[in-house]
Amino acid sequence: MSRIFAYILHKGGVADDSAAELAAAARKIDRAQPCTAVVTGWGADLDKVCESLRGAYPEIWKIAAGPLAYPNAELVRQALLAVIPAGSVVLVPHSHFGVDLSPGLSIKMNAAYVPDVVDVEGAEGSWLKTVRQEFGGQVSAHVHCDISAGAVLNIRPGAFRAEGDAPAEGRVVDKSAQVGAPTARRQYVETIAAEAGDVDITREQALVSIGRGIGEEENIAIAEDLAEALGAVVSCSRPVVDAKWMDKSRQVGSSGCTVRPKVYMACGISGSFQHLAGIKGNPFIVAVNKNPKAPIFRVANVGIVDDILEFMPALAKRVRKESVPAKTKGAAHD
Amino acid sequence: MEILVCVKRAPDTSENEIQLAAAGGDIERDDLVYSVNEPDNYAVEEALQIVARTGGSVTVATVGGEEDEEVLRREMAMGANRGVLISDDGFTGSDGRGTAAILKSFVETGRYDLILTGVQAEDGCAQVGGMLAAMLDYPFASLVTSIEVLQNGKLKIAREIEGGSKEINHIDLPCVLSIQTGINEPRYVGMRGIRQIASVPIPTLGASDLGMDGGAAGRAAAKVRRVDYFTPPEGKGAKILTGSREEIVDQVMELLKAEGGLN
Ligand SMILES: Cc1cc2nc3c(=O)[nH]c(=O)nc-3n(C[C@H](O)[C@H](O)[C@H](O)COP(=O)(O)OP(=O)(O)OC[C@H]3O[C@@H](n4cnc5c(N)ncnc54)[C@H](O)[C@@H]3O)c2cc1C
Ligand SMILES: Nc1ncnc2c1ncn2[C@@H]1O[C@H](COP(=O)(O)O)[C@@H](O)[C@H]1O
Repeated sequence: MSRIFAYILHKGGVADDSAAELAAAARKIDRAQPCTAVVTGWGADLDKVCESLRGAYPEIWKIAAGPLAYPNAELVRQALLAVIPAGSVVLVPHSHFGVDLSPGLSIKMNAAYVPDVVDVEGAEGSWLKTVRQEFGGQVSAHVHCDISAGAVLNIRPGAFRAEGDAPAEGRVVDKSAQVGAPTARRQYVETIAAEAGDVDITREQALVSIGRGIGEEENIAIAEDLAEALGAVVSCSRPVVDAKWMDKSRQVGSSGCTVRPKVYMACGISGSFQHLAGIKGNPFIVAVNKNPKAPIFRVANVGIVDDILEFMPALAKRVRKESVPAKTKGAAHD
Repeated sequence: MEILVCVKRAPDTSENEIQLAAAGGDIERDDLVYSVNEPDNYAVEEALQIVARTGGSVTVATVGGEEDEEVLRREMAMGANRGVLISDDGFTGSDGRGTAAILKSFVETGRYDLILTGVQAEDGCAQVGGMLAAMLDYPFASLVTSIEVLQNGKLKIAREIEGGSKEINHIDLPCVLSIQTGINEPRYVGMRGIRQIASVPIPTLGASDLGMDGGAAGRAAAKVRRVDYFTPPEGKGAKILTGSREEIVDQVMELLKAEGGLN
């Protein structure tokens, strides 16, 4: 079978979690084939990353060039095309960077492309059998791809379990000379960090999180009321922010905040992987959704199949009923 | 600026509960609600706003069948100047690469400064824009969340990256950008607008109109095939609470107390 390569994302001299996951995905594609890591960048950080990968990959190709200090997909593509032999299988994390790099890379390699791969189920001749999810995870699909001319596969973060069986000490091979100084028609200017909002949802213990199921902007008050009763804060999924109903700083997910609450109430949220990527620390997840087949029920601890517009007020009322005696007691001291 | 926006008609996940068909292998398609793929609508709005600032025109094109004409009309009702349906029996069964190859041939029949796509189709792979750019040998940026036209034949764009941060780039024209949801507020299209556009003719172009040879698209050229749909693995699975709403609320109350959800 074709050679397998893994493109390593890294930042500040540290390899991304996906580095080990790509190695696991490579083993699932072909156990017999060693997978080579490819790392692009510049300076001491690059060397640190290459060194750190020696336990996970038998061979690490290092590509150092000043213009690669920031991972601009157009430059990285040129670097990869210069070193990776035709017909190879290239694994890339399905991240904001992978979405930028891989479709074009596959065209320039004349190779097949499958994004957001969550599993691999062997091969039939030159056709590799991959598994994807579609429609926000509501259904899975078998997607076969012809790798006879090579393939670029974007691997979903977290989908492949990084295994412990370390290969022999990997060796770092410097491939920089093959690349030279790539040039781009898209120039990176700067990164602008997310703006802080009125509340910091990343520090809250309890979140009432609302999704597209909230229906209308006016209904957000219902969630605010429940949150107030619980002493929680309202967060949300992306469509609520896209509609400009809530501030970006309230968005949970891969392109929003990463939250670590004790309790996460997902109300009218379907449970897409981009949303779930922002929920860390293994909170107790209560999902309320009118669709009993919603993907959120596959990851929640408890599920309630109901209309959130009815359920949230009912719960708020119940919470208030319980806490009335406590409040009255407090008032007596005033 | 002459802008092409590639649009697609797709099942609307916010309107549908996608289910497997009883026969297995496919999803239940009988009652599916289709609409313009959500990010494509943002792409058309962005194109209209750029043209309002700089002049030029907006063309919307889709690769599909007769039933897809409705999305072109909808985007024309938003204000796109021209719609083109790209359709040919030989295109059936194309993968993303095939669709990109068809769009490339179409692009080469005209002259566009800027080509916009949506980030991803509801039933797609976030690939057509990046592939089209590579085939045209144009620069590309994905997940674009703002566009500013500079004087020197360049755009200043923001790309969304992890954690809500933005990556600012300068990019040469002509280029291809994939537009992320939330970049703007797409204008509302009323029934009246759609009616007004109902009788405007929409040209249909086939493979020969585009000067395409047989090998670049269609089922035989596809390197990627969706073989079937199936039910996702259950995972650990939530405990679904049962009973009347009052009983469920009581149960949730106890759980929240136990898990630290009451502050
Ligand atoms: C690059 C990229 C980055 C992204 N980043 C993020 C991110 O950071 N965060 C994020 O959230 N998403 C993100 N997304 C979007 C993500 O893919 C999903 O589209 C999004 O999470 C869906 O949000 P939702 O669950 O609220 O909406 P939907 O998927 O539309 O789900 C709505 C749910 O509400 C239920 N519902 C409707 N009405 C009711 C009611 N009255 N009562 C009860 N239930 C009801 C429905 O059954 C459905 O399950 C990103 C996408 C891309 C491409
Ligand atoms: N058949 C098509 N016709 C026109 N544009 C398309 C088509 N398929 C995909 N696109 C464009 O490419 C984007 C990404 O789609 P996909 O790569 O299929 O996820 C969509 O948002 C559209 O802008």
